[in-house]
Amino acid sequence: MSSLNKNSLSNIIFSYFPIGMLFLSVFNDFDFNYLKIEYFSFNFAHILIFFWTLKNPDHLGYVSIFLAGIINDVIIGMPIGISSFCYLLICIATAYIRNITLSPNFINDWLSFLFIILLINSILVSILDLIFLIEIDYLKYLINTGFTFLLYPIFFFFFNFINQKISFRLND
Amino acid sequence: MATSRDDFVIAFRSAFLKKKDKQKFSLLTLLFLSILVIILSNYNFKVIQLIKIGINEFTYRASFLISTPENKIQKINSQIKDHLKVYDNYKNLELELEKLKQKKLTNNFLKMENEKLRDLINESINSNEILARVLIDKESPFLRSIILNKGTKDKLKIGMAVVDEVHLVGKVIEVNFTNSRVLLLSDLNSKIPVVLEPIGMQAVVSGTGGTNGKIQYTKEEYSDDINNQEIIAYTSGLGGLFKPGLPVGKISRVNPHEIVFFSDFKQLEYVKIISLNIEDNN
Repeated sequence: MSSLNKNSLSNIIFSYFPIGMLFLSVFNDFDFNYLKIEYFSFNFAHILIFFWTLKNPDHLGYVSIFLAGIINDVIIGMPIGISSFCYLLICIATAYIRNITLSPNFINDWLSFLFIILLINSILVSILDLIFLIEIDYLKYLINTGFTFLLYPIFFFFFNFINQKISFRLND
Repeated sequence: MATSRDDFVIAFRSAFLKKKDKQKFSLLTLLFLSILVIILSNYNFKVIQLIKIGINEFTYRASFLISTPENKIQKINSQIKDHLKVYDNYKNLELELEKLKQKKLTNNFLKMENEKLRDLINESINSNEILARVLIDKESPFLRSIILNKGTKDKLKIGMAVVDEVHLVGKVIEVNFTNSRVLLLSDLNSKIPVVLEPIGMQAVVSGTGGTNGKIQYTKEEYSDDINNQEIIAYTSGLGGLFKPGLPVGKISRVNPHEIVFFSDFKQLEYVKIISLNIEDNN
């Protein structure tokens, strides 16, 4: 009985892991800024949303992503709704990739990720600069995009491991 | 050819409209909702303002609670570093204290002289200070701001100056009921009118998004006037938002167009918000 309880608790923890990490990252603005490495920053939420909506969308609801975007905007101080819009664009792209892909391939995913984050960061920068007239550093956005792209494989293997655990436990 | 185009359309339509078993809304609905939120958040209708304040209040408080463990770890880390450097710090502080004692005497004299001169021109500057705690100081690479635990209930207003001890750190740009957002001097969108002393030149300090700021709109002879002196930037009080004479930073010896802020924005725990009343009694 106790082993069953333990099992169901770990199942819950694993199945809510993507949502938990997403909200934790937006509330905490998690991007290793405290390492104080000059120019180093990356967008953890983009990696997380891309991976989970591509591989296992049942564990990361679109409404949660929308709400996480709103929270991210409030914390960072950007006009409300912009991050939600960008996060949902990632979801659209991943849904499209899922539909057209017959045999998933890591390199294809990684390159698609680069294209998507370049696209959404360009949209984000254009909205902030041209519509809201907020002065921004283009170079920092570009560096952020670069590091987000480079760090994707590390998180990919970690999330893949979690995803396998989730699938294994659900099928168990 | 037509088949591949059809495949593209089907895949695209499916991505927008098809809901997975556990998804309650389609992506298209949520996408339109987010566009609506972006548009509405720019209108200053009372209802929208109230909703916005509600979201801000909840998010700031929740973020403060969730960040507690991370903040604790950072605090312990900096305490350990401080302990390791305690002897060196003590020696430096001893020297600094001696210098400050000497400066204080001159400062007291100048203060009294300044008050007398203000009396002569019948002008008085009254300012109130409100002590506030920093709730969130997440350093975003794009926007530099902090959240304070004081809001409209403490009579805070947009534009008020925020200081760390005596050094200017930024201005209030958003006020909610129990909290507010401060735009730091280092943010790209921050522009503060200053006076450079002892050369007495007016300028504007702008943020760069990094740790230092830059000096803009100086006279052409600015670089010649510096002449290896130590130049300090104080708020000029032009525009009537800030109390004049708040120290901002000192000009870098290497680059005369760069300013090193006095306050370390990463270490802010408590700050003071200054409201300014200038009375011209003439």
